[in-house]
Amino acid sequence: MNAVLEVKGISKRFRGLVAVDNVSFGVAPGTIFAIIGSNGAGKTTLFNMIAGVLAPSRGSIAFAGERIEGRSPDAVCRRGIGRTFQLVRPFPTLTVEDNVVVGALLHRSDVNMARRRAHEVLWQLDLFGKRHQQASALTLPDRKRLEVARALATDPKLLLLDEVMAGLRPAETDRMVAILTKLNRETGLTILLIEHVMRAVMALAARVLVLHHGAAIAEGAPDAVVREPAVVQSYLGAEAVD
Amino acid sequence: MMRWLVEGVPRRSLALLLVLLVALIAAPWLANDYLLTVLITILYFAYTGQAWNVMMGFAGQLSLGHALYVGLGAYATAALYVHFGIGPWLGLPVAIAVAVVCGAIIGFLAFRFGVAGVYFAILTIAFAEFARIGFDHFTWVGGSSGFFLPVANYTRNDLWNLRGSPAMFYYVMLVLTAAAFVLCHALLKSRVGFYWQAIREDEAAARSLGINTFRYKMYAVVISAGMTAVAGVFFAFYYNNLFPEQVFHISRSIELILGPIIGGIGTLFGPIIGAFLLTGLSEFMQELLHALGFDVPGAKQVFYGICLLVVVMVLPDGVWPWLSRKLGLARRQP
Repeated sequence: MNAVLEVKGISKRFRGLVAVDNVSFGVAPGTIFAIIGSNGAGKTTLFNMIAGVLAPSRGSIAFAGERIEGRSPDAVCRRGIGRTFQLVRPFPTLTVEDNVVVGALLHRSDVNMARRRAHEVLWQLDLFGKRHQQASALTLPDRKRLEVARALATDPKLLLLDEVMAGLRPAETDRMVAILTKLNRETGLTILLIEHVMRAVMALAARVLVLHHGAAIAEGAPDAVVREPAVVQSYLGAEAVD
Repeated sequence: MMRWLVEGVPRRSLALLLVLLVALIAAPWLANDYLLTVLITILYFAYTGQAWNVMMGFAGQLSLGHALYVGLGAYATAALYVHFGIGPWLGLPVAIAVAVVCGAIIGFLAFRFGVAGVYFAILTIAFAEFARIGFDHFTWVGGSSGFFLPVANYTRNDLWNLRGSPAMFYYVMLVLTAAAFVLCHALLKSRVGFYWQAIREDEAAARSLGINTFRYKMYAVVISAGMTAVAGVFFAFYYNNLFPEQVFHISRSIELILGPIIGGIGTLFGPIIGAFLLTGLSEFMQELLHALGFDVPGAKQVFYGICLLVVVMVLPDGVWPWLSRKLGLARRQP
């Protein structure tokens, strides 16, 4: 496998606490890869190391053949990794459209061209009709999609999604799953997601990595992983088996 | 270029601007000397407010020490004029350069070492205070006893040396204010404007979209400082005397930011509306008190305080956002 993202033996230590412990995995181009695990398993820490928010204590992260660990978040984004935030962070007083234009300006210095790109992305994310609203006026499901739209506008090769389904109703989850599936299928975008909502993970991911207390305890196809005893015990709970 | 500038601007806004511009151009024929000096003060605050707004209103970096850049611009050109006979327009690039370098140093220190928010504001005050105390002992430019430009009775307007009648100064300030307005509008419409607003709204989110926030915050400080220094040049040649205790004093910095706060932070019309309201009303009130036979020292400061209170309570976004809604200009107005 020629992975677009190659994580090798990374650890993150916060003083005495080992948040991520020697985790390795690779994400193949054009696939959807999910990281699951209970609260405090180290998912967000791992995510933040890839996005450049935190530098790993040890180990390496390579993206498209280039080492990116310890780089700043903006440098990581310029190399082609877009991200969303678990707690959404829109630019509240800007319009929905202008939020996305900011992302689109990364590879276009002309605002009108960026606006055209923003319109495309807003269509893809079902937000075009709301483009003139202030971002602060949006509902949570819309804000979640705005996060994805803004990241997508930077033309990433890899999209990192931090719990974009959290707080969504099942119908909204399905809508998001449909949008992401379509994006992945039509544009070949590689997606790495951290997710709690198993319904979404099962529907989306080709491969799943399970973290527990900072360590990787299983990796593989989703339906195989959820049957592994270690995963069941640590994460899904015994009642999930049957 | 012209088409790019007006694209997306509502017709009503353009009409309003045109009316305002024509009224301001015609004003010296209609106004007496007193009214003209008030208008010069208004334009001066509209201009400096616009310059400050680039940093705070657009990029979200609060400066409480903008008197520093006014003072540096004023002292730089005044010194060149008095000591070397170099005129204000040739001194202008030097004034801008000095302010830009100083702004860049403050910006670098703050943004490189993560000084933000309140601490950044305190840093800007500190540098203005350094300058005030430093210039008090800087005898080459007069120290604490002041620095004076030669004043004679000029029979004709000498634009090249900025010596002449109030009407000439008025038009110089009007051109500067109009130029600052157009420049800020152009900045807001371009990539840098979008990036500044993104940084103002949420810096971490801005970084996640690939924005080098250090670089764009530096642009904001440097542009704002350079613009403010131009006002300093005007200040020196209009008032002809500079005292560190006055020029660099924190009350000058505060005075300069009240206009945009009352008019609407981050808006293009805010600094202009704010300057008209504050200076216009406070002069009017002083005249009124005078006419009624009262002589109240400090009435202006009390009035500023009341204005600020009223705006904060009734229109926390400032007067312009409210006014633009009333005039039906709201949506496309940045």
